[in-house]
Amino acid sequence: MDYANLFIKSIFIENMVFAYFLGMCSYLAVSKTVKTSIGMGFAVIFVLTITVPLNFLIDKYLLQLGALSWIGPEYAELDLGFLSFIMFIAVIASMVQLVEMIVEKFSPSLYGALGIFLPLIAVNCAILGGSLFMQIKDFSGITESAIYGFGSGIGWLLAILAIASIREKIAYSNVPAPLKGLGITFIITGLMAIGFMSFMGIKL
Amino acid sequence: MSKNKVLLTDPLDDNNPITVQVLGICSALAITVQLKAAIVMSLSVVAVMAASNVIVSILRNLIPNRIRIIVQLVVVASMVVLVDEVLRAYAYDVSKELSIFIGLIITNCIVMGRLEAFALGNGVWRSFLDGVGNAFGYGAILILVAFFRELLGSGNLLGVQVIPDSFYEMGYENNGMMLLSPMALITVGLIIWVQRSRNRKLIEKA
Repeated sequence: MDYANLFIKSIFIENMVFAYFLGMCSYLAVSKTVKTSIGMGFAVIFVLTITVPLNFLIDKYLLQLGALSWIGPEYAELDLGFLSFIMFIAVIASMVQLVEMIVEKFSPSLYGALGIFLPLIAVNCAILGGSLFMQIKDFSGITESAIYGFGSGIGWLLAILAIASIREKIAYSNVPAPLKGLGITFIITGLMAIGFMSFMGIKL
Repeated sequence: MSKNKVLLTDPLDDNNPITVQVLGICSALAITVQLKAAIVMSLSVVAVMAASNVIVSILRNLIPNRIRIIVQLVVVASMVVLVDEVLRAYAYDVSKELSIFIGLIITNCIVMGRLEAFALGNGVWRSFLDGVGNAFGYGAILILVAFFRELLGSGNLLGVQVIPDSFYEMGYENNGMMLLSPMALITVGLIIWVQRSRNRKLIEKA
């Protein structure tokens, strides 16, 4: 039951875009059409589900205070926490590269769909944000962190899909000239975020 | 000399990283509830951008093209670690408040964007100016948003109450909505609206 709760929470209540503004750059840049936004959304889900648990293991067995005690008792005092930014971003960048190569080799059609978005993802803050939130939330196991990564990815997909469909429609509306494009997108996102706030307090 | 000055002033308005280049929105807005956090965040970004622009500019002829993204990420990440450690040492409460958002400067697209677009092709001094200028343009928006959110949301500025008690006695209420994330987005939207109404050449054609 806790898992279901965490899943729902990471999708709706702690939505990456609406609650923390993470991944806003690609959210604004790729959301012009529904088709590309779906590709980007799935790529984000994919990479988040892989990198968050991976970084969880690295944090737990290499970086945290006392994490290295499995080598020997004299390492129990070591705290490599200050390295976590560099480690996380290196893991993400190399995972993205690896995933790109694997997908290209084994599923050219998926590569065609995700391909161009994968390199963009290395610098998508939602990915690094997922890992950093994982570190702060102090998850107890790898399953929890994987569920959190997966849920946050789905939340991001929902957000970009919603804004892309609205933007496709709004192209035909009469928006005041200075508000066109970026301005109106921001305001719509704000209104959507107000909508998402109604999920607050939901518990399974 | 005037060409160098443009590097500093251009990002403040005509080429603002947030409202025109659409870079660096990620991670920035969440910390605009209070003016103090926004100022600390802006200063951190100034430090990180200036330093990493200079370093990448020095290394620009040595970095192989294929792995430049990873090299840039490592340079930026090391700068962010430095800033994070300094903040923890000298301003612990602010650093707690900024939580993961200092770390997120690494993936802040504005840093990477300027490294790619400018520092890789320009000399050290010009890259430094470009970094500082863009970081200031970014900080200006951040501080503007935080100013309105703190003023209207809690009636304070920098933690000091500025709306007099007599206002509250007359029935004025703080707008709690301003403290929540949606209003940050809407505030930025309105800032863009005002800026583009004043500066009409920024209006998008589409």
